[in-house]
Amino acid sequence: MSQRQVLQVFELYQNARTRFVQMVAEQATKPQNIETLQNAGIMSLLRPLLLDVVPTIQQTAALALGRLANYNDDLAEAVVKGDILPQLVYSLAEQNCVYKKAAAFVLRAVGKHSPQLAQATVDCGALDSLVICLEDFDPGVKEAAAWALAYIARHNAELSQAVVDAGAVPLLVLCIQEPETALKRIAASALSDISKHSPELAQTVVDVGAIAHLAQMILNPDEKLKQQVLSALSHIAKHSVDLAEMVVEAEIFPVVLTCLKDKDDFVKKNACTLIREIAKHTPELSQLIVNAGGVAAVIDCIGSCKGNIRLPGIMMLGYMAAHSENLAMAVIISKGVPQLSDCLSEEPEDHIKAAAAWALGQVGRHTPEHARAVAITNTLPVLLALYMSPESSEDLQVKSKKAIKNIIQKCTYLPALEPFLYDAPPNILKYVAGQFSKVLPHDSKARRLFVTSGGLKKIQEIKAEPGSILQEYINNINSCYPEEIVRYYSPGYSDILLQRIDSYQPLIN
Amino acid sequence: METNSNNFGELQELKDMATLAKLLARAPFLESQYYFRNRAVDSFRKFENDAAVMIQSWFRGCQVRAYMRHLNRVVTIIQKWWRSYLGRKFYQLVVEAAYYTMKMNLYNEMAVRIQRRWRGFRIRKYCFNYYYLKEYLRAVSETNDAIREALEEFAEMKEREERKVLLEREEKQKDYQARKMHYLLSTKQISGIYNSPFREHPDPWELRLQKAKPLGHQKYTAEKGKTSQSPSNWLACTSVHSFPQSESLPPISRKRCQGPFRDINEVLEQRYKPLEPTLRVAEPINHLRLAREAFKQEERMRNVQDKMFLPFSSYHKKEKYIPMIHSSSAYNSDSYGQKHFRSQDSKKWISDKDFQTVLPSFQLFSKYGKLYSKAGEIV
Repeated sequence: MSQRQVLQVFELYQNARTRFVQMVAEQATKPQNIETLQNAGIMSLLRPLLLDVVPTIQQTAALALGRLANYNDDLAEAVVKGDILPQLVYSLAEQNCVYKKAAAFVLRAVGKHSPQLAQATVDCGALDSLVICLEDFDPGVKEAAAWALAYIARHNAELSQAVVDAGAVPLLVLCIQEPETALKRIAASALSDISKHSPELAQTVVDVGAIAHLAQMILNPDEKLKQQVLSALSHIAKHSVDLAEMVVEAEIFPVVLTCLKDKDDFVKKNACTLIREIAKHTPELSQLIVNAGGVAAVIDCIGSCKGNIRLPGIMMLGYMAAHSENLAMAVIISKGVPQLSDCLSEEPEDHIKAAAAWALGQVGRHTPEHARAVAITNTLPVLLALYMSPESSEDLQVKSKKAIKNIIQKCTYLPALEPFLYDAPPNILKYVAGQFSKVLPHDSKARRLFVTSGGLKKIQEIKAEPGSILQEYINNINSCYPEEIVRYYSPGYSDILLQRIDSYQPLIN
Repeated sequence: METNSNNFGELQELKDMATLAKLLARAPFLESQYYFRNRAVDSFRKFENDAAVMIQSWFRGCQVRAYMRHLNRVVTIIQKWWRSYLGRKFYQLVVEAAYYTMKMNLYNEMAVRIQRRWRGFRIRKYCFNYYYLKEYLRAVSETNDAIREALEEFAEMKEREERKVLLEREEKQKDYQARKMHYLLSTKQISGIYNSPFREHPDPWELRLQKAKPLGHQKYTAEKGKTSQSPSNWLACTSVHSFPQSESLPPISRKRCQGPFRDINEVLEQRYKPLEPTLRVAEPINHLRLAREAFKQEERMRNVQDKMFLPFSSYHKKEKYIPMIHSSSAYNSDSYGQKHFRSQDSKKWISDKDFQTVLPSFQLFSKYGKLYSKAGEIV
């Protein structure tokens, strides 16, 4: 009887501890409880429970700590200040898989808030333990470790370099080849976060053969996995021409074009980003994209999306058109210009309009053919309105003005230029007049149309300073016409005639 | 013949004599006729002289004119030839110049043609190729159309598959609902809620309920579902039941079950009894053989080489002696005294038995490696 009573006391104590950590972990899932838990001194109470003799209490305490640290950086900082991380790192190598998951969860929750907190996790030796966890048999443990490494690596290049120096990249590439989809996702995300900082880090990822395995997973039906894979390939390809060529050599075209028709918007966005990062380097890579039919796919993708999702596609068209006039003509015959014009008209965001304006400027700046293709979609008045509007951002105004200048200086399609005579400010009117002065001497039909449509009359009304370029252009335009026509359309001609009537003395017989 | 010739000569001489006679007869009248004639002619002499002069002048004029005509004709011929010669020479020069001009024109035309071709080729190759650009743009357009069509088809296929999956899921859900609500089916006596007697046809759910099989009791399934641990979503767990189960402590007090059962302590003691292996399991029975194999392995390991040591006497036994060519002959030497000392003919023996070997030959290393040594024994 006394033996039973003693055991009952121990059982009661154990059940109380278990219930405590379970209740705390459960309460930690609700945001409104966090402040109360923090004020009650939950960190001090949970810290000794990490060293409990019962494994279940250890695991649940670690889980509760992870949930608390996940909410904000104050709690994560409390975890760091409470010296909890060294204990977790020490236990990572010796505990079972459930504890490893919980500990990795805590490290991820701490490391995700700021670079300083991530540096704190690195300083207490978390990277080596996490890399050892990457070699575990349990896919959940590998997933949790990869997730923690990804959150540490995404802050800056130094932390990424620390992750690479710990030997994580080959193990992450092995994790990518595992059959579990969740593990693939997290490993791809980690490789993406490592690759995005510098060309050296991207080269490290490429050297272990990550591109081939990433390229194989482009056709995976899982949407989140596709997002991460495309993001990783984008971050690898964006640094240099060599890396972009290695990504292309993995034969991602035309496989990646199927992602442009995906239902998930972020898969589309990341696919456009990948194509943009390849197209921006050299004309040869852009030519490869054209030969694969990527331009049409990107244009259709721009047409089917809204908002920020279409931004990389717009930029991709701009980069491609900027390389050469043949590539710009490819964009034009792929029906890119009406789509960009729609983006310019429809989008409410200034930065997307700025990108569309820049892309249109790149398309239209090469030859009169290109400028005409841009002008017949009635884009120039929209650009002028965006430039003149006080609500436009400075970047949008600068890009609109540059686009207008580039297109006008090549445009020989005069019906598109005439509205500028009425609405354009002087710094743009200069280019419009210059274009008229270049085209009118060689085109008699245009001269006639210019008179009948009222352009010549408008030209005479422009007040230009003597000796300026604008006045010179106006003189060139006036020299295309007989003197009587010019005098007829000059301002004040009717007054002169009336004065002559007044001053005339009829002869009376 | 002589007669004819003589006749003709004589006749001729006769005629000549007659003429001479006549002429001599007229000789005295000749001077007077000459005088009278001259005196009669003197009155016409000037006239006739003028006439003669005129005739001679005319004749001489005719003669000179004829000569001049001749000379002119000759000069004309000469000048004609000379002029034609000069003309041919000039014509040849003109022809050469025209030929040269024509040749140069041809060369220029060909050069223009060649340069036009070359210029076109160079422009098309290095600057701009209009036809290639048109072909390229057409190819780009075709590629774009093909890609658009392929992507549209791919998206349509995926959408169709997704719709099919959705329909299957919906069908499965309806089937589950029908199985769950199977108790609402009508019986022969009592109509269910989907089979109103006031309607002409029953509700479609009635037919579905008829087809469905009712669900069994879910007691054990529910319990199993409650205790199952899914490792992929452990971080998202929000309920008490999803925590890992703690190790159960031994029960402290338990009332004895009523019935023909053994004591619980005996049962627990038997349940948690540690493994007691038999002697055969605990200790290996082939340790002798294992020890022998280990010994052999060790001996094999310590051998420097496994091949028999060849340069000793056993090696020579396998070789046949090859004598020198100078000391050999076709007549072989007798083996008596070399290989044996006793005659091989047993009929010449003194006794019936052969010689007996008393001591073995000196073969120090012949038995190397053999299992048991027989040194000193009679072989």
